Amino acid sequence: MTALLTVEGLTKAYPGVVANDHVSFEIAEGEVHALLGENGAGKSTLVKMIYGLVQPDSGRMTLRAAPYAPPEPSAARRAGVAMVFQHFSLFDALSVAENIALGMETPPPMRRLAGQIREVSETYGLPLNPDRLVGDLSAGERQRVEIIRCLLQDPRVLIMDEPTSVLTPQEVDILFATLRKLAAEGTAILYISHKLEEIRTLCDRATVLRLGRVVESCNPREKTAAELAEMMVGAKLATPSRAGSAPGAPVLEVSGLSLPSPNPFGTSLRDISFTVRAGEILGIGGVAGNGQDELLDAISGEAPVAPDTVRLHGQAIGALGPSLRRRIAVLAAPEERLGHAAAPDMSLTENAMLTAAIRQGLATRGFLKWPAARAFAEKVIDTFDVRTPGPGNAARSLSGGNLQKFVIGREVLQRPEVLVVNQPTWGVDASAAAAIRQSLLDLAEAGTAVVVISQDLDELMEISDRFAALNEGRLSAPRPAKGLSLEEIGLMMGGAHGMEVAHVAE
Amino acid sequence: MIRLEKRPSPSRVWTAATPVLAVALTMVAGGVLFAMLGKDPVAAIRIIFWDPLFNEQFASYSRPQLLVKAGPLILIAIGLSLGFRAGIWNIGAEGQYIIGALSGAGVALALYPLEAWFVFPLMVIAGGLGGWAWAMIPAILKTRFRTNEILVSLLLVYVAEQILAAMALGLMRNPEGGGFPGSRNLQQYPAAANTELIANSGMHWGVVAAFVAVIAAYVLLNRHMLGFQIRLTGQSPRAARFAGVNPNGLVLFCLGASGALAGLAGLFEVSGPAGQVSIDFNQGYGFTAIIVAFLGRLNPVGILLAGLLMALTYIGGELAQFMLNLPAAAIQAFQGMLLFFLLGLDVLTNYRLRWGKREIA
Repeated sequence: MTALLTVEGLTKAYPGVVANDHVSFEIAEGEVHALLGENGAGKSTLVKMIYGLVQPDSGRMTLRAAPYAPPEPSAARRAGVAMVFQHFSLFDALSVAENIALGMETPPPMRRLAGQIREVSETYGLPLNPDRLVGDLSAGERQRVEIIRCLLQDPRVLIMDEPTSVLTPQEVDILFATLRKLAAEGTAILYISHKLEEIRTLCDRATVLRLGRVVESCNPREKTAAELAEMMVGAKLATPSRAGSAPGAPVLEVSGLSLPSPNPFGTSLRDISFTVRAGEILGIGGVAGNGQDELLDAISGEAPVAPDTVRLHGQAIGALGPSLRRRIAVLAAPEERLGHAAAPDMSLTENAMLTAAIRQGLATRGFLKWPAARAFAEKVIDTFDVRTPGPGNAARSLSGGNLQKFVIGREVLQRPEVLVVNQPTWGVDASAAAAIRQSLLDLAEAGTAVVVISQDLDELMEISDRFAALNEGRLSAPRPAKGLSLEEIGLMMGGAHGMEVAHVAE
Repeated sequence: MIRLEKRPSPSRVWTAATPVLAVALTMVAGGVLFAMLGKDPVAAIRIIFWDPLFNEQFASYSRPQLLVKAGPLILIAIGLSLGFRAGIWNIGAEGQYIIGALSGAGVALALYPLEAWFVFPLMVIAGGLGGWAWAMIPAILKTRFRTNEILVSLLLVYVAEQILAAMALGLMRNPEGGGFPGSRNLQQYPAAANTELIANSGMHWGVVAAFVAVIAAYVLLNRHMLGFQIRLTGQSPRAARFAGVNPNGLVLFCLGASGALAGLAGLFEVSGPAGQVSIDFNQGYGFTAIIVAFLGRLNPVGILLAGLLMALTYIGGELAQFMLNLPAAAIQAFQGMLLFFLLGLDVLTNYRLRWGKREIA
């Protein structure tokens, strides 16, 4: 096989950090090539350079043996390089076809475009109706819009950035079938992920990045997931563990919880019921946007609901606001670190005050005790190994993983009876993620009822006692996590969204 | 090309340095403006910034004026800054100022000519309540019906101005005034007069109230849960809700507090420097205070300094008009420059400048 795209000695430095340091690798026609690495390893910068979004400081690239240095993404697209981003850029209020037309330089008439979309979607087994509103689509279907948008350009190189983070296992299978078909036709696929099992199933080669450098190039099928993880992290990883004691009495009971969405493209919670016992971790999976944020708001008290639908030790608490729920030790850590769990421009001391004022007694008759808040912030920083010069630093100056450790630690140290966390390790490096999971396990061990909402199924399987899935605002019946197969989990998450459309389109 | 790069934390040095730098740049740019008008720039700047305070001939008149003008500006701006910090925009302080003055003066005129110790305290309470009540209109409309407080509070200024004119011509007109519009002069009603506390200092009860408000706002914002909630709401509304802040309660508090302080400023003005309710009683303090609040970085101590600086440019500006025949528009342009440089340089507290090639990151 001949090299289609070669990358030689690409270097890119930002103030204070070298994002890519002499990175070299090559992709052959029809190859599925994985870029592996932790957050901050330089994967994104590298593909941005290949896609023309960022210009390298030094180094060169060739595409089909010709020099390749795209000054902007449209030049990359003309050269045959297409990219599907992790975050979609779609307009909810427009149809699929209209969204695709918006991204084209010279869109064909709408009717012909719709025909092309149908044709591509059938050829590659990506069911999609061009007339539907994007706002009505699931995350998996939105990704198909982005993929089809790329395929219409007939690319030679297709870059996929973390494509499976928004998919159910069944949808992942569909995507992989599509990618294999594309590869068989000679398209080179550059696949970015940190999900090791996926890479072992799909990819022919893997380039492992660590701190901006290529540390290893290998055939992922010949390595175990643990070996790949160690290459990424550069150290042995401790797997979270727990002693495993029997759960106690029910602590949090949610029954018949419904919460209408305040905006037309939001998700309404529908008739959600579950119970969490003392010392138990309930894992709630599901594709993003199926009601995760809303469920956390309903338990934290940000979105008050009917009193009887949320109970703590049998007491109706549904109508209480966040402050009153904190008083009775119902705590939460939302997904969005900056702007929801923490105020970006405020110091860590002030952010400690944000949720800990009541339980840690940081205020008397409304007057704040800043020294006590500072001491509590320092305790969180020490206990959870938060890397920061000190509690006086602004929250936004911390890296994602460190801020997440602070946010989780702030709640854990307040000795909650119920703790709800949403995406506790999203965008967090592997060692910090392991520390956060361990702290949740320890908390449960100490008798707290813990609810972990996450899109990372591996994480949920690792720490949950029982598992349930959110799908379009409904929660499946919780089942013991041990022994659940990927197939069963996928069905609980709603299977492959929008498959029926494929038949309608014919 | 120059590029802005976000700082990881806001720079403390630049927070303090930008106002000084802005005043210096205003002097330079203003000097150029005055020179182009054919005036001596150094003399003009000196007349604006120096002579009102230190010139033997003018200072005896100007120095007390400094506090007389700065007092209401600071008092109103402190109230406004609370709401502005929380993202609650009371633009109608001018109206609350008028209604506060009318309420306070109304009490005095109703009790006239009673000489009792409680007349002035009653007026103070009425003035504060009047401003508070006027601000409650946009507050309640916002919390109940999600109306925009900017529009409602602003439009209520014009309603207040009409009420002021009606009062000056009708109900509150001086029965012994020979038919001229305007109320009795409260300065000549000892129980109701807000007199100078120290002769020739300009210090009256309104100035005292302004200083008290500065200290109270400082304590509130830095040491009290309510102030923390105000700052939190302004920086990150979602985090504030997560922290348990009641957004409607905050709207009522912030608009109410700023209305009450504006009402007090109006009361102290009508019973002191102005002396009477007249058609043109309001002089735009309520609007200028918005500038003062931002000039002072919404920080109580900053507002104190900004209020004094603003008062100085007004007095100095008048002096320059009179001494150098500078057009009034040039003085306003000069004041505009000050605001422009202050807000423009503000970007340096959160961003640093980089010289280099532009790129998309």
